[in-house]
Amino acid sequence: MFGVTGTGDTSGFGGLVVRPAELGTAVRPYGSWFDAVADDLERAFPEFGEAIERVVVDRGELTLHVRPAYLVGLCRQLRDDPRLRFELCSSISGVDYPADPTGRRFHAVYHLTSLTYRRHLRLEVSAPADPPHVPSVVEVYPTANWLERETWDMVGIIFDGHPALTRILMPDDWPGHPQRKDYPLGGVTVEYKGAEVPPPDERRGYA
Amino acid sequence: MGLEEKLPSGFLLTNVAKMANMVRADSLWPATFGLACCAIEMMATGGGRYDLARFGMEVFRASPRQADLMIVAGRVSQKMAPVLRQIYDQMPEPKWVLAMGVCASSGGMFNNYAIVQGVDHIVPVDMYLPGCPPRPEMLMDAILKLHEKIRVADINGKTTPTTIDDSPYDKPIARGTRHALGDLEPVRGPGVRR
Repeated sequence: MFGVTGTGDTSGFGGLVVRPAELGTAVRPYGSWFDAVADDLERAFPEFGEAIERVVVDRGELTLHVRPAYLVGLCRQLRDDPRLRFELCSSISGVDYPADPTGRRFHAVYHLTSLTYRRHLRLEVSAPADPPHVPSVVEVYPTANWLERETWDMVGIIFDGHPALTRILMPDDWPGHPQRKDYPLGGVTVEYKGAEVPPPDERRGYA
Repeated sequence: MGLEEKLPSGFLLTNVAKMANMVRADSLWPATFGLACCAIEMMATGGGRYDLARFGMEVFRASPRQADLMIVAGRVSQKMAPVLRQIYDQMPEPKWVLAMGVCASSGGMFNNYAIVQGVDHIVPVDMYLPGCPPRPEMLMDAILKLHEKIRVADINGKTTPTTIDDSPYDKPIARGTRHALGDLEPVRGPGVRR
């Protein structure tokens, strides 16, 4: 009905098809202000070549994939250099890629905002092993304290050097990391008008 | 506590119970447990247009020690559950609980690991109020029905639970009408009673 293709299941649990991650890197020129930022960063941070694994320019946004060892130094230059001035760490989240081709399943994504130049930048860091260890940027961005706690709570990435890496959203003694792909939704069956409706991840499709 | 149970309910004691319950119902001080969106509707109900003050409830006591009614307005997360229980325990008897909204009644739209599926897993509830969020008029209706329950309660303030047979509304479909073959045939329509 209404020209729906596929199952028409909008809950997101009915067999979501995930595109495999592409591994290519963008080539110069990147476009708009991205080239200026890349040049300024190379000047401010000499190990730019080894630190940045990949540059992704997509939908008008710049993402730098950073190697974990260089993360804190890079963030310090991003914050302090007068032509970069990314003073605000808006968000740190964790992403779970179960089918990551390089075998590094958990990525930490940092969203940095420059209030002086009104721009946004994204850094993505991935480390192997489970749980992955990523250096903490708390000494550069104090706001990362709670953001990294949330990332650890939800996905399980351990931030080395964090003063107090404890649960922040879930209760203190909660086992497991809820936003991992293999963590169940935890819903209960609901009785409604004589029938029993299972939670969204256990429902059957009707295609 | 002991005398009321030992004596038969004579003329004098029944009037004391009626008087006590009338006073309790007409001056029920709510303790706000405004957690999420339902709290906005609770605030609106306490405001000037839908006025709770005409029922003696304008003082939302911040301290549970001074409150009678706990209105759980909003979803209760797993982290908030022990706090909710502690606030309930700090309220002196007689106390009543109103589960406002579908999240407090049954977990609402959040059928997942993080939200307690109904606050009755944690505290005993006297009145359930569905709605997402319930309109201020609905909240007032629930509060007035709770007042009626309190007026006929025993002298300790314990309300009697109502069963589904006492309800004046249309009965929902009885349990157990799913067919043994699973969902190949439709469940029979509304109005069927076992």
